[in-house]
Amino acid sequence: MISGKTLPLFVLSVFLGSFLPIAPLFAVSVAADIPSGGEKVELGISEYTDIGNRGKVDDPVTELDKDKQRKFTTDHTRLKELQGPFNSGPEVTRACLGCHNTAGHQFIKNKHWTWKYTHPVTGQKLGKSVLINNFCTNARGNEGMCAQCHAGYNMKDSNFDFSNEENIDCLVCHESTGTYYKTPPTRGNKACSVMFEGKQPIDWVNVAQHVRLPARSNCGTCHFFGGGGDNVKHGDLSSVLFHPPRDVDVHMSEDGENFACIICHVGEGHEWSGSRYNMIAKDEKEHARPRPGMERETATCESCHGDKPHPLSVKGLKLNDHVDRVACESCHIPSFARGGVATKIDWDWTTAGRLRNGEGYREEGYQQGNGEWRHTYKSIKGSFKYAENVVPEYRWFNGVMRYTTIDTRFDPDKPVNINYFSGDPQDKNSRIWPFKRMHTRQPYDKGNNTLVYMHLWGDDDAAFWGNYDFAKAIKVGMEKNGIPYSGEYGFIDSYSWWPINHMVAPKEQALACDECHSREGRLKEVRGFYMPGRDAPRWLDLLGLLMVAGSLGGVAGHGLLRMLLAGRRKN
Amino acid sequence: MPIRKVRIFDGFERFWHWTQMLLIFTLLFTGLRIHGVHDWLNFDQAVNIHTLAALGLMLLWVFAIFWHLTTGAWRHYLPTLNGLWPVARYYAWDIFKGKPHPYRKHFWRKHNPLQALTYAALKLFLFPAIWVSGLTYLFYNYWQQGVSSPWLYWVANIHVFSAYAILSFVIIHVYMLTTGGSFSHHLMPMISGYDEVELTEAEEAYLEQDEPGRIKPS
Repeated sequence: MISGKTLPLFVLSVFLGSFLPIAPLFAVSVAADIPSGGEKVELGISEYTDIGNRGKVDDPVTELDKDKQRKFTTDHTRLKELQGPFNSGPEVTRACLGCHNTAGHQFIKNKHWTWKYTHPVTGQKLGKSVLINNFCTNARGNEGMCAQCHAGYNMKDSNFDFSNEENIDCLVCHESTGTYYKTPPTRGNKACSVMFEGKQPIDWVNVAQHVRLPARSNCGTCHFFGGGGDNVKHGDLSSVLFHPPRDVDVHMSEDGENFACIICHVGEGHEWSGSRYNMIAKDEKEHARPRPGMERETATCESCHGDKPHPLSVKGLKLNDHVDRVACESCHIPSFARGGVATKIDWDWTTAGRLRNGEGYREEGYQQGNGEWRHTYKSIKGSFKYAENVVPEYRWFNGVMRYTTIDTRFDPDKPVNINYFSGDPQDKNSRIWPFKRMHTRQPYDKGNNTLVYMHLWGDDDAAFWGNYDFAKAIKVGMEKNGIPYSGEYGFIDSYSWWPINHMVAPKEQALACDECHSREGRLKEVRGFYMPGRDAPRWLDLLGLLMVAGSLGGVAGHGLLRMLLAGRRKN
Repeated sequence: MPIRKVRIFDGFERFWHWTQMLLIFTLLFTGLRIHGVHDWLNFDQAVNIHTLAALGLMLLWVFAIFWHLTTGAWRHYLPTLNGLWPVARYYAWDIFKGKPHPYRKHFWRKHNPLQALTYAALKLFLFPAIWVSGLTYLFYNYWQQGVSSPWLYWVANIHVFSAYAILSFVIIHVYMLTTGGSFSHHLMPMISGYDEVELTEAEEAYLEQDEPGRIKPS
C-alpha cells in the first residue's frame, strides 16, 4: 500500500519514468537517500496540489437554525437549466446568471474578482493585483499560477477582462459536493506539470446542481491555504477549521456553533464584511448589538456579543472595563496555529535555487502536531521555519493598515514593514490587538530601494520556478509590469503583520489575567499606559519596604531593649 | 477614685474591630498579590476577593461612622496635649526603666493621648487615602474617558503606599499590646469588652444605677 507520505514520490517517479528511461534508477537512488520521514527529498514542483478540504464537506447549520435544517425554496437538482450538459465552468456560470440575473453585476465589483481595493482612509491602491507580501511576494504577473485562487476562470495574466461575467466562478464558493477543484490557469514550467496530474474530471452537472450558501469548505479552499500552503500566511486560518475541535474554534466547531465563515463575515449583494485592509479596531454603539432592522455589516465580535460581553458579576464587570482598550481577540485567542497545523514564521528567499541532479527539490524538516511533515526547504522558494501554538505579538492598533507598495522607497539598512499600522493608548479608537509577525529575507531593487515583482510562473526561460535565476526573474518581473528597475537586486529583511481574529477558544480557555498583569507578561513591551501588576515603580516598593522593615525593626529593637534592661534590673 | 471593671467596648465595637482586622488582612494579602509581591493566588481570584473585601470594609465603615456619631464615641479620638508628653516619654524612656504606664483609662477617655492621636490620624488621613484611591482605582473606567490616563499611575501608587503604611500600623499596633501590661491584659478587653477603668464617684453612681450591665460588681 502506498501511504500519503510516499504517494507524491511514487507519482513523481511514475511521471518521470514515462519519458525518462533512466528514471527508475534515479528514483531508486533518491529513495536510498531517505534516512527517515523527516529529511525526505522530493524533486519537482507540486505546489497547491493538496489544498482544499480533504475530509467530509461541512454542513454549517447552527443553533440559529432551530431544528438544524436549512429551509431552501429551490431544489437546484430539479431546475431544467441545470440538467446540462456542461463542459466548462463558464457554461455553468451562464446557467447560474440566467436565473440569478443581478448576481454577476454584484460580484464583478467584489475584491474576490477585482483583486483591487482603494483604502478609504489612506487612499492607497491595494489588493492582490498590485501588492507585494513577504511570502511568494507578488501575484501580479504570476496570475497563471496565483489565479488558482481567483474567483473566476481564465485569469492567465494581468490583462484579464473584468467585465466578462461569464468568467465568474460561482462554483468555488457555492458548490457543496467537495468534488470541485481549481488548478492554475496556465501550466507553467514543465517541472510544474505534476501539479496537474491525477485529477478526476469535474462532473459539471453534478456540482452545478448541488449549490448552497458558502460553507467553510468553500471559503477555506483558498483562505486556509494563503501564502503557499496550509496555514502558511495567517496563522489563524488553517485546514483544522474545516472541522475544528471545540477548543480550537468555539464558533466553527461542529461540537459548538458550527458557524460558516459568512455567519460572522455577513454580507449582502456579494459583498462581505471584515477585511484586514481596513478593520474596525473598536466597535462601539453603532454596530454593537444591532436591533432588528438595523444595518449589520460588520464582522466584529461586538456585532453579536455587544460591548459589555461579560456577565454581571464582580469579575465580569472588571472584565467589561477592559473592552474599550483590549480587543476581544487578545484574551480569547490564547495562541494561534492551534490544532496541529503549523504556520510559517520565517522565510529566507536567499537560499532558493539550489538544485540536485539539475533539478529543484524539496526537503521535509518539520513535523507538525497532526503528524504531517512540512517542507523546510524548497528550491522554488527558499528556507522556512514553522511554529505552532504561537503566542501573538500585541500592539496598539486603530484598524488602519498601510502598505509598502511597489513604488515605496525605503531605507534598506532597516527591516521593511510590508504592512504597518498605528495605534496609541491616547487614541480612543485604538485597542491592544494580537498579531502574527512574519519575518522574511526577500529580494529588493538595490538601486532604487524598492520592493520587486518577481516573474515566478511561466513556461519561458526567465520564470524562477523552473529556471532558478533571480536576476532574470526580477528583471522580467519588473519589465513586464512597467516598473523601473536598476538592474541590481539584493536581499532585505521584511516584516508583515497579520491581525489574529480566528481560532477563538472556549471561554474557559481565555487568557488568565496573570498572562498580562505581571512584570514579565505578554504585554511587557506594550508601553504608554499604567497596568496593575506590571507598572508599579521600584521606588514605591523600596519606600514600602523601608516603612515595613523600619516598623518591624523598631518594635524588635524596642522589645529587645526592654527585655535586656528588665533582666539587668532583676539582677 | 474607684477603679472598676467596666464594659468599655460594646458588642458592635468589638465586631467592628475584629471584622475590620480580618478584612484588612485579606486586603493586604490579596493586594500584595495584585501588586506582584507573591503568587499564592491567581490574579483574578485576588482581584475578586480584594474588591469584595474592600466593598465589605467600606460598608462596615459606614456603620461604624454612624455608630460613632450617634453614640458620641467619636469623642474618644479627640486629640489632646493633656498627658501626651508623659505617655510619649514613657514609650521612649521610662518603659526601659520598668516604670508603670502613666495613663489610667477613664470612662470617657479609654485611649491614652498618644493612642487617640494615632487612631484619629489613621481614621482621618490613612483610611480615607486608601479608600478614595481604591475607589478611584476600581472605577477608573468611569473617569479615564476611553483613553489611558497617566493619572492611574498616581492613583495606584497612593493606594499601594497607603497599604504599606497600614501594614506598618498593624505591626506597631500589635507590638503595643505588649507594653504597659501583659499582651493578654490588653487583648482581653477587645474580646470580653471589660477593662479596669478609673471612674469618678458620679460616673460610678450613674453606671450602678442606670447601666448596671456595663459595670461589674466590686
